[in-house]
Amino acid sequence: MTDVAQSSSGAYALPRRRSKLEKLIQNVSFWRGVTAVIVFLCVWEVGSRMDEWLGEAWTVPFVGLIPPPTDVAVAWLEVLPKAGYWNSWYESFRRVLSGFLVAMALGIPFGLLLAVNKYFRDLFFPPFEILRPIPPLAWVPASLIFWPTNEMSIAFVTFLGAFFTIVINVLGGARSIDVRYLRAAQSMGASQWHLFSRIVLPATLPSIFTGAAVGMGITWEVVLAAEMISGGGTQGGGGLGFFIWNSYMGGSLTQIVVGMISIGIAGFLSSSAIRALGDWFMPWKRMF
Amino acid sequence: MNVSAPFSEAGTPHKKPEQALKGAISIRNVTKIYDPEGVNVMAVDNASMEIAGGEVCMIVGPSGCGKTTLLNAIAGFHSITSGEIRLDGELLCGPGKPKAKQGADRMVVFQHGALFPWKTLAENVAYGPIVQGALSKSLAMEKARHMLADAGLGDVGNKYPGEVSSGMARRAEIVRALINDPKVLLLDEPYRAMDALTKSIMHESLLETYDRTKVTIFFITHDLEEAIFLGDKVHIVTTRPCQLKKTVNVDIPRPRSYAVQSSEQFRVLMEEVNEAVHEEAIKAFEAGERELA
Amino acid sequence: MAQAASKSKNTRRTAPPKGFALFLYRLKKSFSTPTPYLTIAGVGLWIFVYWLLCEGLRVDRFDKIPGPVAVARDWFSPEPFQGISIFTEAYWNHIYVSCRRIAIAFAIATGVGVPLGLFMGWSKKIRDYIFPILETLRPIPILAWVPLAILMLPGFEAPVIFLATLASLFVTTLNTMLGVESIDEEYFRAAGCLGSSNWDIFKNVVVPGALPFIFTGLQISIGVAWFSLVAAEMVSGDHGLGYLIVDSYVNSVTIPMVIGMLTLGLIGWLTSILVRSLGNYLMQWHVRELALQGR
Repeated sequence: MTDVAQSSSGAYALPRRRSKLEKLIQNVSFWRGVTAVIVFLCVWEVGSRMDEWLGEAWTVPFVGLIPPPTDVAVAWLEVLPKAGYWNSWYESFRRVLSGFLVAMALGIPFGLLLAVNKYFRDLFFPPFEILRPIPPLAWVPASLIFWPTNEMSIAFVTFLGAFFTIVINVLGGARSIDVRYLRAAQSMGASQWHLFSRIVLPATLPSIFTGAAVGMGITWEVVLAAEMISGGGTQGGGGLGFFIWNSYMGGSLTQIVVGMISIGIAGFLSSSAIRALGDWFMPWKRMF
Repeated sequence: MNVSAPFSEAGTPHKKPEQALKGAISIRNVTKIYDPEGVNVMAVDNASMEIAGGEVCMIVGPSGCGKTTLLNAIAGFHSITSGEIRLDGELLCGPGKPKAKQGADRMVVFQHGALFPWKTLAENVAYGPIVQGALSKSLAMEKARHMLADAGLGDVGNKYPGEVSSGMARRAEIVRALINDPKVLLLDEPYRAMDALTKSIMHESLLETYDRTKVTIFFITHDLEEAIFLGDKVHIVTTRPCQLKKTVNVDIPRPRSYAVQSSEQFRVLMEEVNEAVHEEAIKAFEAGERELA
Repeated sequence: MAQAASKSKNTRRTAPPKGFALFLYRLKKSFSTPTPYLTIAGVGLWIFVYWLLCEGLRVDRFDKIPGPVAVARDWFSPEPFQGISIFTEAYWNHIYVSCRRIAIAFAIATGVGVPLGLFMGWSKKIRDYIFPILETLRPIPILAWVPLAILMLPGFEAPVIFLATLASLFVTTLNTMLGVESIDEEYFRAAGCLGSSNWDIFKNVVVPGALPFIFTGLQISIGVAWFSLVAAEMVSGDHGLGYLIVDSYVNSVTIPMVIGMLTLGLIGWLTSILVRSLGNYLMQWHVRELALQGR
């Protein structure tokens, strides 16, 4: 009752500010997540060590074949100081970035053109739609035949993978712009160029970034596959896909898992970078 | 309906012998603080009101003042921090029971409408009796069609909510509530987004429904004309935190027609309410806070 | 959108056409706009440029790729030059094998992913425990699983299906979860008011409310299933369209390679349409709502 009386007089208890860290530590969901991941790792560890501890008869199917996380961690530590490992990172990142940037550079204008001009869309969208359902990796052999070097064919397939996604997202985003924005701008006397640069482009930005995030995921898949299929561009440098493939050929399971985790981290870093970039470009979106 | 007895705080529910109807709500010293450890927003502050059974009680106040919080507490969507709410003398929520149990005795009609878009109007209406196990599926559907027809919606029973006008959807939502024979109907600005013409039709249909069922109505609005035209009592509440500021008794006899809106009595009431509300509106506007859902 | 509006304006006076008549009317109407002609011109132009580069002018490097005439001649010939056409059993066998793998993978992923996503969206506790594990595994590209899958699972069939399943599973689960989260709180409240039990709410609110997202997810999911299937078939596998493409490459027969690519595109597109029609069939309320908004 006392605090009710207090509050009636208008004196609220001041909100106690909590730091981000404090909030995280007090968050039940966070601890549940941590528990879940730890339990997951423990199950994995125990599952893959069953045969070691209890004999062959106790081998757990599937999981028993995967190396336990502790072994993976040890193998990873061994690899970390080696230049070759970091060179794989560099090679893969270089391929991903080059394919991705070209896809952005061509895909965004193409998508916007498709959205803005009806005739252009009628003319070029159907062939685009015919090619789009072909999975990017199906292009690998054809591009190996067509391009003079392995490196160029990888770059081409990488580009294709991201290109279709980005175009579709840009087109969808630009076409779903609320007509009221355009009318408002027109009634204020905006020129065609203004309409495009001040309304269409910013309004499409969220879709561009969505497309970029999805495209980035596809790019990693494609680079990986291309590295694996083409034998890692044996003439050139390897890349993380080649790292995995090499470990597979050498029969080192722990190395395969190390490679998988490395790629997971690389992909995660790339998509985080895109998200951060998106936040920076679209301050009005950050509020949510 | 001459309800002229003064508002009695924490007293016995005000009942008149000829209308000892079910659905009396008594709200006593209710306080609600959201997120006391964090943002600490006081939405309702020591609010008390008595609503007699079968009364049309209108709650008027500025946007985001915590009216909806009060409704949510009665409906059982939110807990309250202190105080108590009773329905026909039975404790809904209070000390030791912060959150009321949701039940079909208190039906809510939502601000944005909450007919399930994936069910036809008739299926929507029949839903309550079916899940409560009160009626078999076929009987419930039959009753639903019957009630829809009574409300003038016989032709659109097989349509989905997305296919009919908002007015029709809202009317169907009220039918969906009434088929459960509730003690109280809780309406949260149900006609907010409608144009004046549709609104007037909705008002007439609600009044007609009320005259037939005499269900207690707890109606949140910030349309003053609507409040006076529909209500027996108009409770004006302050800007956040929500407290009772003034109660205006509307003694315009029922059944009411739209003609009363041009009467002198209506004008006087309107002035009285307007004055009280305007003050709060200015305070709310100056506080400039974002509306609380 | 504009087309739909002008159509309703014109038909208001007479009774609106239905069924086949409506289809004919729309067809007739659409031929009075430049769209169909431009579409035909666009596709024609594309094929012409393709022909010109590969067969007409035989531009350097393009001449290594079979042109449209060569591909079409082989594709529809009873005695194909390079071994694969619609008359050869091998072609249909590759299609059958790939489709069967997709069907199994998609069925498993949907059967596991949709319920998992529904429960994750519905119960915060379940989400708190499962979501972090999914999020830890998800950044690993599906193709990084290839060697592990080959070593872990026996035979040709299991690893391929495993990879396609894994890819779809992530997409389906996450979209279903988002679908449940997208349901307006008021529907839950309304259902609670009307006296629903938890199971009633699950059946009548959670499942139908999440359906639009689920089907969007399923459409993406079948796309990634094909994507991973092709990759897996290319790396390991003894039949299937992905294998056909790589095998042709290895044997230096380029026409079956292109036929394989085009077939993949066609079948991928057909399966995606299949999923969409199933969704539309199950969500009449959604379809009609969108139709009234003029979409």
